[in-house]
This record gives sequence, structure tokens and C-alpha cells, in this order.
Amino acid sequence: MRQLPALALVVASAVLFAGCSSTKLEDKPAVVEKPVATETAKPVDNHAVVPMDTGSKDDLNTNPALANRSVYFDFDAYVVKDEFAPVVTAHGKYLSAHKERKVIIQGNTDERGGSEYNLALGQKRAEAVRKSLSVTGVADTQMEAVSLGKEKPKAAGHDEAAWAQNRRADIVYN
Amino acid sequence: MNKAMTRRLTRLFALLCLATASMLAHAQLHITTEGVGATQIPIAIAGFADENLAPQQVSAIIKADLDRSGFFKIIDTGNSMSETSSINYNDWKARGAFALAVGSVQQLADGQFVVRYRLFDIGKGVQLSGFALTDKAERTRLSAHKIADDIYLKLTGVPGDFSTRISYVTRVGKQYKLQVADSDGEGVVDALRSNEPIISPSWSPDGTHVAYVSFENRKPVVYVQDLVHGVKTEVANYKGNNSAPAWSPDGSKLAIALTLSGNTQIYSINATGGGLQRLSNSSGIDTEPRYSPDGQTIYFTSDRSGGPQIYKMSAGGGSAQRVTFKGDYNISPRISPDGKTLAYISRRDGQFQLFVLDLATSQELRLSNASMAEAPSFSPNGRYIMYATDSGHRNNLAVVSIDGSVKHQLTTQLGDIREPTWGPFMK
Repeated sequence: MRQLPALALVVASAVLFAGCSSTKLEDKPAVVEKPVATETAKPVDNHAVVPMDTGSKDDLNTNPALANRSVYFDFDAYVVKDEFAPVVTAHGKYLSAHKERKVIIQGNTDERGGSEYNLALGQKRAEAVRKSLSVTGVADTQMEAVSLGKEKPKAAGHDEAAWAQNRRADIVYN
Repeated sequence: MNKAMTRRLTRLFALLCLATASMLAHAQLHITTEGVGATQIPIAIAGFADENLAPQQVSAIIKADLDRSGFFKIIDTGNSMSETSSINYNDWKARGAFALAVGSVQQLADGQFVVRYRLFDIGKGVQLSGFALTDKAERTRLSAHKIADDIYLKLTGVPGDFSTRISYVTRVGKQYKLQVADSDGEGVVDALRSNEPIISPSWSPDGTHVAYVSFENRKPVVYVQDLVHGVKTEVANYKGNNSAPAWSPDGSKLAIALTLSGNTQIYSINATGGGLQRLSNSSGIDTEPRYSPDGQTIYFTSDRSGGPQIYKMSAGGGSAQRVTFKGDYNISPRISPDGKTLAYISRRDGQFQLFVLDLATSQELRLSNASMAEAPSFSPNGRYIMYATDSGHRNNLAVVSIDGSVKHQLTTQLGDIREPTWGPFMK
């Protein structure tokens, strides 16, 4: 699912490049990109296919700095801890460079307490991440902070280890 | 076919029937009662004449309702008595009965059933009540509940609410269901099936619609579902969260919680959507709005003083007054139908318990004794509160009388039940 928009982007940029090259034909010959290959005296094999790459700059699913999309919180805490600053910075940089990208930030809580109050607490976590991203230059229109409260726990247990996993906000790309 | 084979097939069929019956039982709620009311009225309930003609046994349903209420002691009568049977008052007095209910069941040519009933005061030797109800075969249960409602009213002075319905959310694996059932947990119907959570169901005052929060779009969105026609309308899908719907008593508006300002605040919208109006104004969390029965006041949960506490404000918004002071975590306010009692969940010694607060005297009473209580809901006559509780990390529903004397539990054999809400009296 996550790779589908990336693929769409690659196709879109390929179409765009093709359009550009046809308008610049007048004075200079079009630059022909060649794979770096060793020159030999051999005749050209007319059946050869040399693979090429568009060199897409969308590294959302390849950049290891963007692989971590979760920010964990302490009990009853709603501030982004210093150790998660790199996560926020990396996604902030990516989103600032890709204005067409949108994220939904889903806040979560542990299972203790009422459903609705936990929904509001989860929202505080999502909102903390949203504000941190905003500081790095991400536009408000690119982000939506929401909460799943205690309704969708990642860890199913009923102990501190599970609760710590569930006190979390996830950055989810559309 | 030889005899041995026939026998084997018969046995197989019987096993299949048993298996089917136990599968059906999984879908049902089971009730276990503990505790009885302080005073119990002894009542004799005769088997209704010809009641075996109907799909459900009328007198058994009436007995179960009255027994569960905690206000009655049921006296067995042995044989059935119709509404035209002659009554020997001295006989019934000798058996300790204060009242006697009799009746009959008759099938009409169009397949409908007429249930006739009469209630007698044994001490005074007079008829207290009596009527006939005609309904479809599958609604015989409803006729029985209505008779139990009438007996409850005539003998305790408070309208019975056995004929009302409840709604709640079940979860088995990844399947969530919003279900509707009779107040005794029978007659379960799926109102909504989803692969994502459903929370905070709330009945419209006329009992034909339920508002709820569904996570089917990766975020909480408020819907109103027309139960009668099976139509679901998105009424609040603003940026951020949309949750905690509560109907105004006239059914025209919903108070909801939105996060348009970044933090969770209380707004009102038209029950059909639109007409957005902000009601609360704090820098923290304001959520779980509930209208008072007169529609003038909204009770809600707020963390403006630090931890969550219950506050009230005018239904039009404005300044708020704090209502709860004991304990550092008080949530989920619900107001009794007479407006005099507040039910809420309070964390005490690390456990979430159901409390009621007398709003005039500020006297509080703890009604639950579990590690977890959630989502309280008053019965329409105000005498009972249903809430979600747990046993071994499985969620059940519990019902308790507001004095704490009568308790019962509704459980399923599979999965969790949560978020109960008791429907209104219906015409």
C-alpha cells in the first residue's frame, strides 16, 4: 500500500521529463544519457537492453532515517522526548521537501481509564508531534493530528511493557 | 435403511442440534443475578393459559424480569390461570402472595398473538390492572416485557423498563459489532458490523437512532444511524477528532467533542449535521458532554484543574462550575432521568469504580467492586445503572441498582462487550 504513491510519482516524473525534452530541441541537440560502459571494438548488439533508472528523489521508503515513524511517550506525558527529535526532524525535512505529501498523526494511550478521556489524551500526543513537525517547516495543510485513544493497542498485554508500547504517536503517510 | 443406521443418524442429528444450540448461545447474553432488594413484594404469577402456542413463554419472561429487578419474590402457582379464572383470595393470602398475575395467549387468524393479562391485589381482593396486547409472533417477548413493566409500576409506583432496549459494542477478534438487545440481553440484533473500533453509542430520545463514533476512516468520526431504515449518516467529520456524541433531550442537537483548536473542546451540531457552535473554552481537555434532562445544562469532563474532573455549564456554553471534588480522576458523567443524581467513574486506589453523587447533598456512594468500570448508563426509570466491567481481562456488562443492593452481570461466551447504553422508553 505504502509503495503505491511512490510508484505513481515515478511514473508521473517520467512523463514530465519526456514532456520537457521535446520543448528544448531547437538550438542544442538533446543530451543523450549513456550508461558508462567500456568502449570496445566489438559491433553493437542490436538485441541488447541496458537497464536505466529515473533517479527518483522520493526516498520515503528507502531512506533509513524515515523508517522510524513512531514517537513514544512517558506515562501521563505529552511532550516529545529529546531522543525522538531525530524522528521528527527527518520527517519534517522530508515533508518540507515534498509539499504534495500528507500525513495523519495518530496518537495512542495505554488501556487504563475511559475511552473518551483516553481519546483526548491520545490527541495531546498527536498534537505534540504535529507542533514539532510544524516547527521544522511542515505546512498545516500537510498534517492532521488525530487520536485512536486506547482502542487500537499495538501491544496486547496488560503490563507496563505493553503500556509503554501503546503510549505512542505514529506518523502515517497517506 | 437398517435400524442401527437409523439410530446412528438420529444420534448424529441430536449432536448437530446440540452444536447448533451452543453456537446460538454464543450470540446471546447470559444473566447472572446476585443480591436482592431490601424489601421484596411476594407475587404469584400463574402460567398463562395456552401460552405454549406462542414462540416464547410469556409467564416465564415476566417472572425472570420481576425476579431480576430485585423488588419481587416470585411464588410458584403450579397450574395455569387465564384472566377469566375465578380467584380464591383467601387461598392466595394463605400462600403469602400480595399480588397475583394471570392471563392467556391466543393466536389470531393472521398469525398475530393476543396476550391478555390481569393483576389482582390479594389483600384488598380487587383487580389492580389488566389489558390485552396484540402483536406479531416474534414480538411476544415484547408483550411479556410490557406486562412486567405494568406489574412493576402498579406494585412499586415506578414505571418498569423491561421493555426498553440496550445497545453496546462487542469485539470478537478484529470484528466489532454495534448490537441492540432487549434490556434482559435477549433478542440480539447487529446494528453495525465493522473491522474498526466503534465507541460511545448514544440513543436518540425517541429510540429510533443511535449516534456513535466509528474509526472506519483511520480517525474518529461521528455518525448517526437510523436503526429503523438501516441508514448511516456522517454528522461530524471535521479535521482532527470527532467524538463523544450526546443528544439534546428534544433530539434536535448533538453535543460533541472536536479538536479544531488542537485540544479537545465541546461543540454542538444539528442532529442531521451542520450548525457548528463552540460551547466550551479551555486550553486543556473538555469532553464527554451530557445534557441534563431539562436540556438547560451540560455536564462534562475537563482537566482544567490538572487531572480530569466533572464540571457543568449552560447548554449554550460559557463559564463552568466544578461538580466533583473527591478523587483525582473523575470521568464519564451521566445524569439520572430526574436530574438529581450524577453517575461517574472515579479512580480510587488505582481502580476505576462506578460512583453516584447526590447533587443536592454531595453525598457519594460507590456502586462497583471491580478493578475496572466504564461507560455508565442509567436505565430509563433511573433505578439501575449499566456499565462495562472486566473479569480476567474479558469485558462484560454489569447492572446495579442505584442503592447498590441488586446486581447482575451480562456476559457472552466469546470476546468482549463494552460501551453499553440504555435506550429510552418507547411508544
